[in-house]
Amino acid sequence: MRAVHFCSSCGKVQPPVPVDYFTFFGFPRKLNLDTAELEKEFYALSRRLHPDVFGQADDRERTWSLEQSSMLNDAYRTLKDPIKRTEYLLRLEGVELEEQSKQATEKARATGELKKQVVPPDLLEEVFELNLHLEELRVQKKMGEDDPALLEEIGKAKLSLDEKYEALFNELKTEWNNWDKSVDNGTEEDQRKILDGMLDVLNRRNYVRNLVRDVNEALE
Amino acid sequence: MSSDHIVGIDLGTTNSLVAYMQGDSPVVIPGEDGLNLVPSVVALDEKNQIVVGNAARRYLIETPERAVYSVKRLMGRGLEDIRDELKLFPFRLAEDLQPGEVLRIKIGERTYTPPEISAQVLRQLKRNAERFFGAPVTQAVITVPAYFNDAQRQATKDAGRIAGLNVLRLVNEPTAASLAYGLDKKKNGIVAVYDLGGGTFDISILKLHDGIFEVISTNGDTHLGGDDIDNLLIAIALDDIRGELGLGIDVRRSGAAVQRIRQAMIEAKIALSSQPTAKVDVDLPGGKKYQREISLEVFEQMIQPIMDRTVGPCKQALKDAGLKPEQIDEVVLVGGSTRIPKVRRLVQDLFARMPHTDLNPDEVVALGAAVQANILGGGSEITKEMLLLDVTPLSLGIEVAGGVTDKVILRNSTVPASATQYYTTQVDGQTNVAIHVLQGERELARDCRSLARFDLKGVPPMPAGLPRIEVKFLIDANGILRVSAREQRSGQEAEIDVQPSYGLTDEQVENMLLESFDCAEEDFRQRQVIEARREADTILTALGKAKNNHAWQELTNEEHRNVETLEKALVAVKDGDDYHAIRAGIDTLNEATMHLAELMMDTAVSTALKGRTMDDTDLAEGPQAGHPVAKAEFE
Repeated sequence: MRAVHFCSSCGKVQPPVPVDYFTFFGFPRKLNLDTAELEKEFYALSRRLHPDVFGQADDRERTWSLEQSSMLNDAYRTLKDPIKRTEYLLRLEGVELEEQSKQATEKARATGELKKQVVPPDLLEEVFELNLHLEELRVQKKMGEDDPALLEEIGKAKLSLDEKYEALFNELKTEWNNWDKSVDNGTEEDQRKILDGMLDVLNRRNYVRNLVRDVNEALE
Repeated sequence: MSSDHIVGIDLGTTNSLVAYMQGDSPVVIPGEDGLNLVPSVVALDEKNQIVVGNAARRYLIETPERAVYSVKRLMGRGLEDIRDELKLFPFRLAEDLQPGEVLRIKIGERTYTPPEISAQVLRQLKRNAERFFGAPVTQAVITVPAYFNDAQRQATKDAGRIAGLNVLRLVNEPTAASLAYGLDKKKNGIVAVYDLGGGTFDISILKLHDGIFEVISTNGDTHLGGDDIDNLLIAIALDDIRGELGLGIDVRRSGAAVQRIRQAMIEAKIALSSQPTAKVDVDLPGGKKYQREISLEVFEQMIQPIMDRTVGPCKQALKDAGLKPEQIDEVVLVGGSTRIPKVRRLVQDLFARMPHTDLNPDEVVALGAAVQANILGGGSEITKEMLLLDVTPLSLGIEVAGGVTDKVILRNSTVPASATQYYTTQVDGQTNVAIHVLQGERELARDCRSLARFDLKGVPPMPAGLPRIEVKFLIDANGILRVSAREQRSGQEAEIDVQPSYGLTDEQVENMLLESFDCAEEDFRQRQVIEARREADTILTALGKAKNNHAWQELTNEEHRNVETLEKALVAVKDGDDYHAIRAGIDTLNEATMHLAELMMDTAVSTALKGRTMDDTDLAEGPQAGHPVAKAEFE
């Protein structure tokens, strides 16, 4: 059911009710989402909720429009991005994301603690080798040397990482399908498992993303 | 509140404009001098009166210490971040200025904050619009560079308030330009707006969809524009003059000489947009001259580094939008500096597309602001489907442990946007929590822009860690931050004490407003009365003269009586404050003297026919009025 944004009799804007983003748009809490439909809804609601439409309205309506429209924008921004959408759902379902969040990284950096960063087992060997290569590259850069063979090695590793990154997204989509099915007819236990699975994919994906970033920085 | 005459204002670094929606199309309102552009120059004249615009320009050369320009560069900035500006611009700061304080600039012996100086420009535009409409103007949409931060936006809003304007919306300049372009095109697609003005550079990428103008990404540099080209040329000239090859004199300390060089260099720059060479010829102190010819080729080499600084932001904006250059359907050029052929070529290369230049790059932003003003006023047939969805140009962050920035609203988020953060206490019974809000992309708090320090007060005393204070950060449609807080366990609204890092407090703005005693309506009425009084004086003087005219004798006794009664009536009301009474007096007297005027006109025309000048008519003997129709035929 969609949240109520307007008065049913006079059509005027109402103060926002604290609902989740899916409900705000009237979507079920599912992860496969038609983004074209989402955009259409976003535009339609923007035309009615944006503060520009209330340029000459009274203070109270203007405040409500501001609150409604900021919620609309926050919801749209979160739901249109597949990863943000997944993370949002996990948080809604009470899954703690701190372990892999940026915030945790920064906190760890600030306090000097080592952030718990688990290397996905299937990547262990590859990461070890890649880090050696990257270290070598940095040393060479400092010395002003150039080793085409090394660059080729790193380039190959990068390609492989890009592929993994892609594959992980597909893995995530499988979990989406599982989740969406479980929303219609699944036990709470099933759902817990799926949520854990999604968290695991996201963690591995973030790990690979950071690696790719390191490689790009080293190659620059 | 009347929605009539909401104006759109482009408050530019170099020039400012005011526009409004006339039927289906936005038009610029000219000043009394008939010119659309009001130079953003403020000066004190010989009588210590403020002069603005074209009238103020001559003081830049005559008494440079009594004039300021490009003050937009100082809006919302602190002493610490204007070091570079001070080297290049003749800003004189108040001697007692403290770090952390809002800047105060000296004009003559007086000091003004940047919002107050901008308010003078806005007031001039407001007056121009009021003269044009014959009615007060109290509501406006003002444009700002898309890349302006919170402090710079707030300072602009303050300037509006000081000028007696209710600022309904701050609109980003490139977005405003897209509105002006989109008005008649009504096309769907991706548009890039490249806006290189006098002092700022913006790039915005928008998606146009059935009247919705959705900004996808924006980037820029609030200190990059035509001013930088001017300063470069001035520096070269000063070196030439000082250098061994030149005249061997140093005029850097002579404000007047530098301003004269600046004017000459600006003229040369403008000339080079349409011709292959430009001659510079400046009179220097001591009867010397600085003469030089600049070729387009040399000019383009010189400005290359400045042009290159626009490339990074363009690439970043594309990257943030997730687009490749070839996915851009249209490119629009905005800002006077985009007249430079080199800039056009650069944009063409960047986006692999011929940029649009059909609208005047100096006016397009003001025109777009007028469109937005119309939308906010309730819209009209042509704007009713139009809606602007803009973004915040910079990420909003909170300082967390270790001086790190925790970003809570990312850049390019559609505004209004919000984020909720939770805070607690570290000590038992703690009732205050301090929060430091930042804006910028860097990871460390000290590298970001400090927006404000908030003190959450009135947290109910509880054991450490127990309070749960919900703080909501909301960026409104103007791109300005609002904060609210609530302690959740007690449900108590926490009081927030806002200390803007680089801005005026509400109280300060209020005072400036009172000091300027420009209470819009009142001010306008007073002006109306003064103008009507002037008109009454004119007509009374004319009537006095006319009584010596032969035409006066031709009137009937009744007409004489009637005119003289009305004359006395006007004399009686004209020094009062009742505008309507003066107006009515003028109008009735005008009507009563219509016949007299006709007779005089006949006299004048017939006199002219006899080969005499109009001035002689009073001396003419006897009535000479004939038949107007016959004379018209002769004509």
